[in-house]
Amino acid sequence: MSQSLLDRPSVPGTRLGLIDCDVHHAMRSPRDLDPYLAQKWRDHLGTYGSRKPVPFTGTSPYFKSAPALSRKDTWPPNGGPPGSDLAFLQEQLLDRYGIECGMLHLLSMTGMDQRNQEFGAALCRAVNHWQHEVWTQKDRRLKAAIVVPGEDAAAAVQEIEYWAGNRDFAQVSMVTHTIEPLGRRRYWPIYEAAAAHDLPIGLHTSGFNGHAVTPTGWSSYYAEEHHEVAISQQALVTSLVCEGVLARLPSLRVVMVECGLAWVPSLCWRLDQHWKRMRDEVPHLDGPPSSYVKSQMWFTTQPMDEPERPADLSKILEWIGWDRILFATDYPHWDFDDPETAVKVKLTETQRRMIFRDNARAAYNL
Amino acid sequence: MSFPRIGAIDCDVHPAVPGMRALLPYLDDHWREQVTVRGIDGLDPSSFPVNAGPNCRADWRADGVKPGSSLERLRADALDAFGSRVAICNCLYGAPSVFNADFAAALARAINDWLAAEWLDREPRLRGSIVLPIQDPELAVAEIERRADDPRFVQVLVPAGGEAPLGRRFYWPIFAAAEKHRLPLCIHAGSTFRHATTSNGWPSYYLEDYVTMSHAFQAQLLSLVAEGVFTKFPGLTVVLAESGFTWLPQFMWRQVKTWRAMRAEIPWVDRAPAEIIRDHVRITLQPTDVPPDASALGQVIDMIGTDRFLLFSTDYPHWQFDGDEALPPGLSESLVRKVLVENPLATYPRLKESVA
Repeated sequence: MSQSLLDRPSVPGTRLGLIDCDVHHAMRSPRDLDPYLAQKWRDHLGTYGSRKPVPFTGTSPYFKSAPALSRKDTWPPNGGPPGSDLAFLQEQLLDRYGIECGMLHLLSMTGMDQRNQEFGAALCRAVNHWQHEVWTQKDRRLKAAIVVPGEDAAAAVQEIEYWAGNRDFAQVSMVTHTIEPLGRRRYWPIYEAAAAHDLPIGLHTSGFNGHAVTPTGWSSYYAEEHHEVAISQQALVTSLVCEGVLARLPSLRVVMVECGLAWVPSLCWRLDQHWKRMRDEVPHLDGPPSSYVKSQMWFTTQPMDEPERPADLSKILEWIGWDRILFATDYPHWDFDDPETAVKVKLTETQRRMIFRDNARAAYNL
Repeated sequence: MSFPRIGAIDCDVHPAVPGMRALLPYLDDHWREQVTVRGIDGLDPSSFPVNAGPNCRADWRADGVKPGSSLERLRADALDAFGSRVAICNCLYGAPSVFNADFAAALARAINDWLAAEWLDREPRLRGSIVLPIQDPELAVAEIERRADDPRFVQVLVPAGGEAPLGRRFYWPIFAAAEKHRLPLCIHAGSTFRHATTSNGWPSYYLEDYVTMSHAFQAQLLSLVAEGVFTKFPGLTVVLAESGFTWLPQFMWRQVKTWRAMRAEIPWVDRAPAEIIRDHVRITLQPTDVPPDASALGQVIDMIGTDRFLLFSTDYPHWQFDGDEALPPGLSESLVRKVLVENPLATYPRLKESVA
C-alpha cells in the first residue's frame, strides 16, 4: 500500500466497504491463456487469430479516445497493458478506495463473440480458468464473471454448470451485441441455468454482432458510438422484458453495466405507455413492463450521467429507485468514475450505503 | 379539461394512400405500366400495421375504410374536433423503402402530387410535407426543387430508420436545398428496414419496434450534431415526429459529456450539443410517454431547458390518447399556448406566411 494513501481525504466508501461493480482486468497478451488451452486451439489462435465480425484484426472499428481505452496513469510497471498487473490494480483501485469487492469484467479475448463457436467455447473455458487462478484466487476481494459463448446456448450452459458453486464467480457474463436481441428464445437456456444457480446475468456493453451500431446504419465517430452502445443497452432491457424472460424466470437477476442509467425512467414510461395499447401482443407479461425492471434489474452508475443542473440527478435517481443503483468505477478506462467525486448530489447516509454497497450485495447475493 | 380551442396547429396527421391504384394517375407512363404489368402494390409500411393498437383509434375507424384515407373523416376527427386552424400531412406510404431509387423518385412525385390534388386543393386548412426519395440525394433535391414553389408544402419528410445516419455528407445536398427553401427536415417514426430495428438484431414483437423507435431518432440526432450539419446549415430546423421526448434530457446530458471528452474528434461541433439541439430541433407532442406522476412531465420539460421545442400534434389517426385529451397532464397554460400555436409558427416559416 502506498504511503500517499495516508495523505488522502477520507473516501465515501472507505468506512462502508465500497463495492465496485465494474473493474477491468486484462491479459498481458493472449498467450496468457496458453496454459488453459489445448494445443489445437493454441495453434488455431496463432494461425487464424481472434475472428469477430469486424474489419480489423488489431483494433476496434471505432478508434477509442486513448490507448487501451485507459487512463494514462494506469499503465502498470510490469510493462503490460492497464489492468494486467494485480499489485498495481490493488494499489490504484482496491486499496486506494477501500473497495470491499470488485466485479471483474473482461473485455478482450473472451470468446463470447468468436465467429468460430467451438473455438469461442474453448476460449471461454480458458479465460475462466485464467480469471480463477490469476485473479480471484490471489485477491479475495475480486469476483469474476463466468464468461460464456452466448451464441451457443448449449456450450454456455455447460460453462455455467462447470463453475457454478464456485464463490469466486459472482455472475454470468455474455456480450451485449448479440446476433439476436437477448430476450429471444435461443438464449433462454442460459438464463434458466443462471437462475437455477442463483447467478445474476451481468451485461456489460461489449462485443460485435455484425449489426450496424444504430437502427439507421453505421455512425462515423467514436463520439457517437460511445453513446450508441448505451442506447443498445436500452434495447436489451426492452427485449428482456417484452420477450418475457424476466416474467418467466422471476428469480432471474440482471445487471446492466457501463451504460449510465438516467435513461431508465423514460424507457420505463415509454414501455408502460405503449404496452397498455399492445398488451394483447405480449400476454406473457402479467404486469406493466416497468414492474419487471424495478424488481429484477439493476443499473451501474458509470459513466455517471451529468445533468446540466446537477441537482436534477437526485430526481432521476429517485425515479429509477434507489434500490436499483450500483456504483461502478470502470477502472482503468479513460472515463473512470472516481467514487469520491462521481455522484455530484447530496445523498443521505441510507442512499449512500445502498448505492455504494448494499444494493450490490442484494444483486449479487454476496 | 376540454381542449383549448385557440386555433391549434397540428403538426402531424396522416392521410393514407389507399393503394397503388390511387397513385396511378400521378405516375408517368413508364412507371404506370411497370406498376400495372408487374402488379406492384401493398407498400404500406411495416412500421405501421394498420390494425395494430397504436395505428388507429377505435372511434376513428370505419368499416372497410383504411384509417386516414377519408378527407371527410380527417376534417371531422382531426381538424374540427380540436378547432385546428392548420394540420400538416405526413404521408407514410412506402416510397422511402423501395430499393430502386428511380421508382422511389417516381413514387415520391406521385404521392406529393396526389396529396396536393386530393387533399390540399380540397381543404385549405391542410399543409403537406414533401416525401423524399431519400435513397438518392440528387433525386431528393430534384423533388424538393419541383415542389418548393407550392407554399402549402412546409417541410420535407424522411423516416427515422434509413440506410445511413442522416448526418453523413452524402445527404448534405438535401439539407442545402431544404435550408434554401426554408423547409424544416421532418424525421418521422418508421424504418425502411435496411437495418435491424435495434443494434442487437430483430425483436419479436411490434411493441419492441415501437418502443425502440426512439433509438433511431437518437441515432439521427447524434449523427446530425456530430457530423456538423448544424454548423454547415445554420438555418436548418429538424422536426422529430412521433418520437416521444421524455428521453431527451438524458440523451443531451450524455451527448454533452461525450462531446466534452471527444470534441477533438469532431472539432466542427463548436458548442455544447444540448445548445445546438435546443436551437435546431423541434419535437411533436404525440406520443408523450407520460410518467405515472403527472408532475414529472413538467420536470422533464424543465430539464430540456426550453419551451420552444414542443409542437402540437394529434398523430391522427394513430391512437395516442382518448377523446379530446390530446394534451398530457402537467403542461402550464403558457406552455400550452406555445405548443399549440407559437412554436409551430416559429418552426415553419412557410406556414407562418399563409396563416398570419
